[in-house]
Amino acid sequence: MTTLFSPGLGLAGGVLIGLSAVLLMAAIGRIAGASGIVGGLLTMRPDGEFAWRAIFVVGVLLGAGSVAMIPGLRPALAYEASTPVLIAGGLLVGFGTALGSGCTSGHGICGLPRLSLRSLVATLLFMASAIATVAVVRHLIGA
Amino acid sequence: MRAFFLVLLAGALFGAGLTVSGMVNPTRVQNFLDLFGTWDPTLIFVMAGGVAVTFVGYRLAFRRGAPLFAERFSLPTVTAIDWPLMAGAVIFGIGWGLSGFCPGPAVAGLVFGAPKAYIFLAAMLAGILAARALRRHTPTAAELAAVEG
Repeated sequence: MTTLFSPGLGLAGGVLIGLSAVLLMAAIGRIAGASGIVGGLLTMRPDGEFAWRAIFVVGVLLGAGSVAMIPGLRPALAYEASTPVLIAGGLLVGFGTALGSGCTSGHGICGLPRLSLRSLVATLLFMASAIATVAVVRHLIGA
Repeated sequence: MRAFFLVLLAGALFGAGLTVSGMVNPTRVQNFLDLFGTWDPTLIFVMAGGVAVTFVGYRLAFRRGAPLFAERFSLPTVTAIDWPLMAGAVIFGIGWGLSGFCPGPAVAGLVFGAPKAYIFLAAMLAGILAARALRRHTPTAAELAAVEG
């Protein structure tokens, strides 16, 4: 399925994500890295580390849900991957982001602006491997 | 209490941004990654917008010396480009390419109710736990330092 190139919405969305990261840092001094926030919730201890993460996640759901109710802003959703591939992908995303200490928001949105060399290396590596994976799956294997 | 609302608002901005940009649509993400096919460059603008705002905003925030409602900024202290970082990034990339999901959109996407989003999230949580178990058995000096988000 092709998706329509949307630079305006993309930029607007990116600005919102950036504002989120800045607000979280200014308010409680935390990195808005989704993998770290979600992973931290798995510790399940009802302490301060759990609380802010849980509040943030509730916010994510509220924010996404609110925008989805605005006509014209609710994105069309298409899940092309089969269930087994999604499960494999999920395992790799979870494992990889936990091992690599970050994901697109943690390393990309938060790490690059801090001029973190670790985040630059991580971002280049996961971009390259993701692009290679799609190339292999869509064009070599033809799935 | 004000900290609670600011964190909630931060989360809402994050979820809103992911939805407005279309990043919750895994096909849009995979099209961005499909350089040799149905290429959709939208994600470049998402990253550009996010990085630009955060670059300026972080500098302003750090200038204050401390967060509004915490004693200090919790920034990663590890600087080494070590094998867990590199291997983790490559592995994450493969999973991202296969599914079109990364952790943020995986959570935000739950509001749309698609069963596949929940399946992905469950698998992602399992993957995180597996990585944790692995790290517990092979601790390094880097493990003892603060972990990045």
